[in-house]
Amino acid sequence: MSRPAIELEHVAKRYPGTSSPAVGDLSLAVPQGEIAVLVGPSGCGKTTVLKMINRLIEPTAGRITVGGVEVRELQPHLLRQGIGYVIQQIGLFPHRTVAQNMATVPRLLGWDRRRIASRVEELLELVALEPELLGRYPAELSGGQRQRVGVARALAADPPVLLMDEPFGAVDPIVRARLQEELLELQRRVRKTIVFVTHDIDEAIQLGDRVAILNVGGVLEQYAPPEEMLRVPASEFVEEFLGAERGLKRLSLMTVASVIAGVERGLAAAAGGLAAPQHGPRAQLAEGLDAARRAIAEHDAEWLALLDGERLLGWVWGRELQTASSLAELEPRPFLATVQPASSLREALDAIVSSHTEVAVVCEGDLYRGMLALSDIVGEIREAAAPPGVAR
Amino acid sequence: MTASGELARPLVEVGPLATSEPLIRWGWIVDHLDDIWVATVEHVQLTAIAVGLGFVIALALSIVALRFRASYVPITWVTGTLYTIPSLALFAFLVPFTGLSVLSAEIGLVSYTLLILFRNTVAGIDGVPGEVREAALGMGYRRWRLFLEIELPLALPVIVAGLRIASVTIVGLVTVTSLISLGGLGVFILDGLQRDFTTPLIVGAVLSVALASAIDLALVLVERALAPWERRGAA
Repeated sequence: MSRPAIELEHVAKRYPGTSSPAVGDLSLAVPQGEIAVLVGPSGCGKTTVLKMINRLIEPTAGRITVGGVEVRELQPHLLRQGIGYVIQQIGLFPHRTVAQNMATVPRLLGWDRRRIASRVEELLELVALEPELLGRYPAELSGGQRQRVGVARALAADPPVLLMDEPFGAVDPIVRARLQEELLELQRRVRKTIVFVTHDIDEAIQLGDRVAILNVGGVLEQYAPPEEMLRVPASEFVEEFLGAERGLKRLSLMTVASVIAGVERGLAAAAGGLAAPQHGPRAQLAEGLDAARRAIAEHDAEWLALLDGERLLGWVWGRELQTASSLAELEPRPFLATVQPASSLREALDAIVSSHTEVAVVCEGDLYRGMLALSDIVGEIREAAAPPGVAR
Repeated sequence: MTASGELARPLVEVGPLATSEPLIRWGWIVDHLDDIWVATVEHVQLTAIAVGLGFVIALALSIVALRFRASYVPITWVTGTLYTIPSLALFAFLVPFTGLSVLSAEIGLVSYTLLILFRNTVAGIDGVPGEVREAALGMGYRRWRLFLEIELPLALPVIVAGLRIASVTIVGLVTVTSLISLGGLGVFILDGLQRDFTTPLIVGAVLSVALASAIDLALVLVERALAPWERRGAA
């Protein structure tokens, strides 16, 4: 692992006149280019931790380094100009237009006009905002637009590190889901080191490369990739905080592609090259009626998927095969529930239980990639859970 | 006419108006256009100096109060006391020290602006949303730049509201300084009262009201020009 972009060592914050510390003794390292999510109940000190990184709050003990430099060695305003900062209420400047808001940090850094203008253009494209918004004031924007401007403003001077304090807490669930998707999409392009604070465990699981669950007083209960955390919660507190449906939450983190890979690994090991039962009944158009009838008998199924090479044509009833004189004359119906290799197992599960064929057909465009049955998914979860990983 | 006339001798004897005299003698106005102009300019100057100086002092006091919160109450108390002193008494008190001068007039006039301007400036800056301040600091603003570029512009509507009240108040008060031989348009009012002559009295009063309205309107326009986001946001 390369040198962590952000490192906290035995950091504490005690306020005078309080019996227990806001943050007791916290050590945490965030690797370059990852999203670390701090999550926990109110009073766990997650926002305090975040604000200690850019020195809006000064720790009473410990060391914090950003990019290898101890934050105490820099003047606060210079440190902060190098760190993107997004807060829940966003805090756009009401008296400045969208363009001026985005240009905040470049202006503080003394960039010239032309450089600022071209950067604003780039940012607009990066957060998918229409150019006609540039001259508007924040009060003229929707909640989602404001949030995008806030993110663009934080990214303006291209800081390596981004601090986000419940940035999507104030928007409605539909907009929030879209903004979360956009953040992940953005992150794939810009690869920032992000510390993200939320109280919503589902948001933490969805966004975090690593999730830190904090207990009251800044006690770090577990710091692990979300998949690992769901599989092996380190404590009763973590288990409780993760809540019910831990298994289902894990499903939303695992992709269809990983299961197909697993199934194919199993096939290769079994050798012989027999048709995989997991793949369900299917036949090639070119192989003709007899091969199709054999496939349906083999699976003891009432339906059959028809393929033309890699292309998925659809499915037909078994009884249609009995009366047909050739496969070509059949009119296959499209599968209503298909999933992509990048889809989550949770989506695949939904496809399985809601289709009467009881499989989720995996397609990439109209190319056939396989079929998943309930047993594949259950098997994959069991396999993953069987050798308990070592919690870091 | 009433009992009050016996209790206190009025400063100016106001007799019954002669019925033969018209309310306004236009000829007098035409003859005195130059005087009217000079007095109007003087009125505007006295007002502008008072409000301008008052704002500078109030802004300084506001910065102190914002920096040291404990000073807010004492500053309010002092400026509040100044505000309550009757203007006539204040001028009478000042003349032995500073004479019949612009200084005497302005000391009094400035004193009356301080409470309004101080309170509105502090309230305006206090009204800047906390998240705006936090975001600005989090992005690397320093205290003074934050004050000048963020807090002050955002406080502008409340500050201008204070300037409007102060200006209208001062335009009215300036007429009183005619009692110490200044007073711009107040000179005509005093003259009219002393001579039982309605024309200058009406000229002074009407122009004073017109001036107050004009300054008030001008400040509204200035605010609209300086704070375009205020109106655009409502859309």
